[in-house]
Amino acid sequence: MADYYNDEDLARFGEIAKSNPDLFRKFMAWYEASFTPGLLTKREKVLVGVAVAHAVQCPYCIDAYTKACLEEGMSMEHIAEAVHAASAIRGGASLIHAIQAQNAADKISL
Amino acid sequence: MSISTAFHDKLNGACTVPLQAHGLEVLQVNLGYRCNMECRHCHVNAGPDRKEIMSSENIDRVIDIVSGNGISTLDITGGAPELHPEFTRLVREAMTAGCHVIVRCNLTVLLEPGMEHLFEFYADFPVEIVASFPYYREADLDRMRGAGSFAKSIRVMKRLNQMGYGVPGSGRVLNLVYNPGGAFLPASQCSLEAEFKNALEKHDIVFSRLLSLVNMPIGRFRDFLVRTNNYDAYVKRLADAFNPDTLAGVMCRQIVSVAWDGRLFDCDFNQMLDMPIEPPYPGRLEDFDYDMLANRRIIVGNHCFGCTAGQGSSCGGAID
Repeated sequence: MADYYNDEDLARFGEIAKSNPDLFRKFMAWYEASFTPGLLTKREKVLVGVAVAHAVQCPYCIDAYTKACLEEGMSMEHIAEAVHAASAIRGGASLIHAIQAQNAADKISL
Repeated sequence: MSISTAFHDKLNGACTVPLQAHGLEVLQVNLGYRCNMECRHCHVNAGPDRKEIMSSENIDRVIDIVSGNGISTLDITGGAPELHPEFTRLVREAMTAGCHVIVRCNLTVLLEPGMEHLFEFYADFPVEIVASFPYYREADLDRMRGAGSFAKSIRVMKRLNQMGYGVPGSGRVLNLVYNPGGAFLPASQCSLEAEFKNALEKHDIVFSRLLSLVNMPIGRFRDFLVRTNNYDAYVKRLADAFNPDTLAGVMCRQIVSVAWDGRLFDCDFNQMLDMPIEPPYPGRLEDFDYDMLANRRIIVGNHCFGCTAGQGSSCGGAID
């Protein structure tokens, strides 16, 4: 079976531009602008990054944003808190559908 | 680009090569590699079993040099410099000669048996204490420096605070040194300092400034990088973060580093890599020539990316 998610592939990200340079350039400009400090600091933005990386389960993003958090002076305890917050949202997003189930059940129940 | 020429190539593009000293304000003296600790990030490979120690003759030479030249600051390091039997003589005589004295202290050494006198000594001779305290959370600090190090450091800092060290307006300086707990670059010194101050306030501890340093891929930290297969990526990270604006402020342009055996180097890192100052410039304490050394050519290598990455890194913290 072929290997997926090789960590050296992260450095090859730019190769994606080959098939559509214009869209890739626009993506990179948007990406960089999104992570430029504004009302939120760089530290806050990389913490959002690591939380979302876990929620969308992207191994490349987890590697990159874990390192970014450490380089912003945070520890694994900071990262763990952010991941728990993201995971709680994700868990809650599943759980809220129990109301949908209840509604569905109510609709067809005596 | 070959590894051996990478920093030279960056220098070529960034400034006049070779890199030259720009005066000589600080004599940094390494009294030996013996230490009560074995920190995982130590570039010196210092530890309790190291035997290297500066001789009395070389201590005399250091005192003569800081008493009779334009050098304003004596910066004492090691190992744990306080373990040298003539440490207090060196500090006392240098301060009596009007020299500003910095001691690079690991804090825990002050609790070692036989070292109790140092608190009284530091009360009488107010040196600038630059203390290694790489993180404000106990688990992270103890992982780097050994179990129990955090609690001991807190005890010592409380004592130093009681003596005025680190207390605003006291004139007694207690600076802390942060360095990353692994193969990554440090955060901004300014934001880290605020975070450290906030965290240590909960322990009723104050300090003067936080100095943020880059881990050098040398000594025990290099061993870690190699052992964990992080060396190439870390060195590339440093090189990619090269910031030419740091070249004006790198420490080697204003200091000379003296090894325990009296040999002279451009910095403590060159000392560990056995890259001494080369002829025609003086290479030993007994040949010390202020004017020549203040205008010498500096020996560089790829480890110099460590001092020139990002916000830069020097004995005084970030450069930018």
